[in-house]
Amino acid sequence: MAVPAAIELSGIQRSFGAVQAVRGVSLAIAPGTITGIVGENGAGKSTLMSILYGLYRADAGEIRVDGRAVRIDNPRDAIAHGIGMVHQHFMLVDPFTVLENLVLGAEGGPLLKGGLAAARAELARLADAYGLSVDPDARVADLSVGEQQRVEILKVLFRGARILVLDEPSAVLTPQETEQLFRILRGLRDRGVTVVLITHKLREILAVTDRVCVMRQGAIVAERDTAATSADELAELMVGRKVRLRLDKAAPRVGATLLEARGLTLVDRRGVRLLDGVDLSLRAGEIVGVAGVTGNGQTELLQVLAGIRPPTGGTLAVCGRAIDAAHPGDPGEMRALGVAHVPEDRLRQGIVGAFEASESAILGYQAEPPWCRHHLLDRPEVDRHCAELMDRFDVRPRTPGLLSSHFSGGNQQKLVLARELARRPKVLLVGQPTRGVDIGAIEFIHRELVKARDAGCAVLVVSVELDEILALADRVVVMFAGRVAGEMPVAEANERTLGLMMAGAATGAATGAAA
Amino acid sequence: MKPLPRWAEIAVLPLVNIALAFLVVGVIVRVIGADPVQALRLLVTGAVGSSESIGYTLYYATNFIFTGLAVAVAFHAGLFNIGGEGQAYIGGLGCGLAILALDRVLPAWALIPLAILAAALFGAAWAAVPAWLQAWRGSHIVITTIMFNFLASALMVYLMVNVLIAPGSMTPQSRTFTAAGKIPSMQEALSWLGIAVAPSALNLSLVLALACCVGTWIFLWHTPWGYALRTMGHNPEAAVYAGTSLRRTTMLAMAVSGGLAGFVAVNELMGVHQRIVLDFPAGYGFAGIAVALMGRGHPLGILLAALLFGALQQGGAELAFEIPAITREMTVVIQGLIILFSGALLNMPRPWLQRLLSLFPASAGKGGA
Repeated sequence: MAVPAAIELSGIQRSFGAVQAVRGVSLAIAPGTITGIVGENGAGKSTLMSILYGLYRADAGEIRVDGRAVRIDNPRDAIAHGIGMVHQHFMLVDPFTVLENLVLGAEGGPLLKGGLAAARAELARLADAYGLSVDPDARVADLSVGEQQRVEILKVLFRGARILVLDEPSAVLTPQETEQLFRILRGLRDRGVTVVLITHKLREILAVTDRVCVMRQGAIVAERDTAATSADELAELMVGRKVRLRLDKAAPRVGATLLEARGLTLVDRRGVRLLDGVDLSLRAGEIVGVAGVTGNGQTELLQVLAGIRPPTGGTLAVCGRAIDAAHPGDPGEMRALGVAHVPEDRLRQGIVGAFEASESAILGYQAEPPWCRHHLLDRPEVDRHCAELMDRFDVRPRTPGLLSSHFSGGNQQKLVLARELARRPKVLLVGQPTRGVDIGAIEFIHRELVKARDAGCAVLVVSVELDEILALADRVVVMFAGRVAGEMPVAEANERTLGLMMAGAATGAATGAAA
Repeated sequence: MKPLPRWAEIAVLPLVNIALAFLVVGVIVRVIGADPVQALRLLVTGAVGSSESIGYTLYYATNFIFTGLAVAVAFHAGLFNIGGEGQAYIGGLGCGLAILALDRVLPAWALIPLAILAAALFGAAWAAVPAWLQAWRGSHIVITTIMFNFLASALMVYLMVNVLIAPGSMTPQSRTFTAAGKIPSMQEALSWLGIAVAPSALNLSLVLALACCVGTWIFLWHTPWGYALRTMGHNPEAAVYAGTSLRRTTMLAMAVSGGLAGFVAVNELMGVHQRIVLDFPAGYGFAGIAVALMGRGHPLGILLAALLFGALQQGGAELAFEIPAITREMTVVIQGLIILFSGALLNMPRPWLQRLLSLFPASAGKGGA
């Protein structure tokens, strides 16, 4: 090769205790390209990039940047070699302006004035050179998530990075924002920046990268030109076996109505109508998918249905119990009625990170037999129960005593789902069933949800992934601005019609297509 | 860098913190012109040198166990109870009133459990008010519990001076309890078993304290209430999701916490003073925060931390007696430094320890690149 690789890793190894997270990875990334690194959670891709960025030290191996061997002990070294990282969770100070965030850590002297003026000029230059425009005087708190991410990218470029590493950048973005991000990345590539994209979303890899490396169990198992591969091949390489991306399911055998909402309304203290007259019915043996852009009332709908927040108007009939503003239910009562709930945000609601997995596996059921007898927890029984759930749902590692926070996202989700399905609920509410979950686990979770449906459970799935809604649901409900914007059998739904409804009207033809 | 192994986390790190605190104390002792080595020797022999000094050490430790557990229970629920002082004080009012009312009527076997219960109930009730204010009105419990310490103190002075003072007495203290309200001293109790020890303030309240350690452990880790309480402390949203009422759990946690603090009165009033006196909590409520911090919120750790604080209290008194240059306040300085090093600076020696441990093989990976 005439041009040296922008980054060349050879023989990189790293262990954590007995676990070999990265085992002898060698990799060359050509300058001015977008390279994707895919792999399931725990495949070692984040560890590898953390080594490149100096957050971890490699146990063995060599890093070359532009052909020169370098030593990267901390992020400062990485930045000095032109490597910048955009983290999944933003590192921005909300009340500061874009400009102030930009100079943070590079203020350029005891008085801000000079540094800010220089930064403003540099920002204008970057915006010009890379086509990245952000209002320098806007407060970060007032920016959309997509714009905040742009600030993160600018921050990295501001520090002189020519190699940009992005860790799961689309996890917090809407489909539209993701599309914008990809446009930005393509623009950066065309201007000579080398981009490394870590993700487990195959669709994104295929959409934006030039080349893709697949990691599995700490090693690179394949490298492909993106143009010469397919989602099926990549999925198989990631998981190490054939994966069915398409879900086979029989026609639903619909039974009695188990949950019926009429004019369900939720008004918060400031008078904002979070839910505005939602009508919804759930019948035994069907999966209803709730689609919508984040923040259009889906979260609140789940909370009201699960008894976490009482409705301020309308009625909700669940398995014979009528709930309204005057007669609120609570999560315990809903559980007793046979309503199970897999919450949207696992870490903040579904499990307690500081608890052992076995303790998280009885959350919400802790006062019930067989785990609680004579007001005492039967710890061996709790452990046994957890081990059983782990076996049935293939949760790894199978260690009931391990802290819940030490499990990967997919395994946490499997544990929560296992817990909620263990009681054979009549109604199952699921929020974002596969957010942050790897492909192998997605397949498994989807199949379990269909199994529950076939066993006569009424399932409600709220998801921002349209693919998921279309694959799982028998009936689709679209929410916009707290209202039901449309409802249809899945056979009549496609991305375009749903996208239009999600955008609130026929205004967003482009939005529908982007989703 | 690698996290510390569990044994180092639990055993070595606290010892390093204590050692650092003593190092600084040594410097201070040197500066005021005394001999640190001699001072340390006096401190240790003063604390554990004779059966009498061991008795006093354990007697002080009893109070620290109660208040340490009280702080820890609230802390597991995510609540910072700084009101142990006031809760102990009002607990004293509870057991004192019960005994003053009934000690001429009931025999000891009936009155003692009743008075212990009264101490817990009064302590719990005093903690329940800030708990209620937090749960329903959103008043921050740190602020309200501090304020309730002052309220308790003012209330007790008023009651002691105007209501409960023994007739004809010049000092504000109640009449002496009869024998029915007395918890047997350890010397007495051991003599029933034919074991002779020197007399000290140590009494059977220590047994209650140890029972509280076990009870707290069972409550927190082996009951659904303790489970709900810890869930709230770690992750309130998950607690709501699980159907736990945050208000009720706040009340429960603070009531248990206040009840434990109230037991200080059992040791002090029923075990030692035999009457209600002013200011008997003497800072144990506040020291409980340090004990709970040092004990990492676990009853076993709290027991060990309480023993250390008890030894300091007793050894420090002896030290002040033997070396005039060192005043009693020096024990407060030592306590303060231990709190500083094992509380605020808890994590300071962690990187040193990590580096030290990584020098040993088993994990000898040289940095690459």
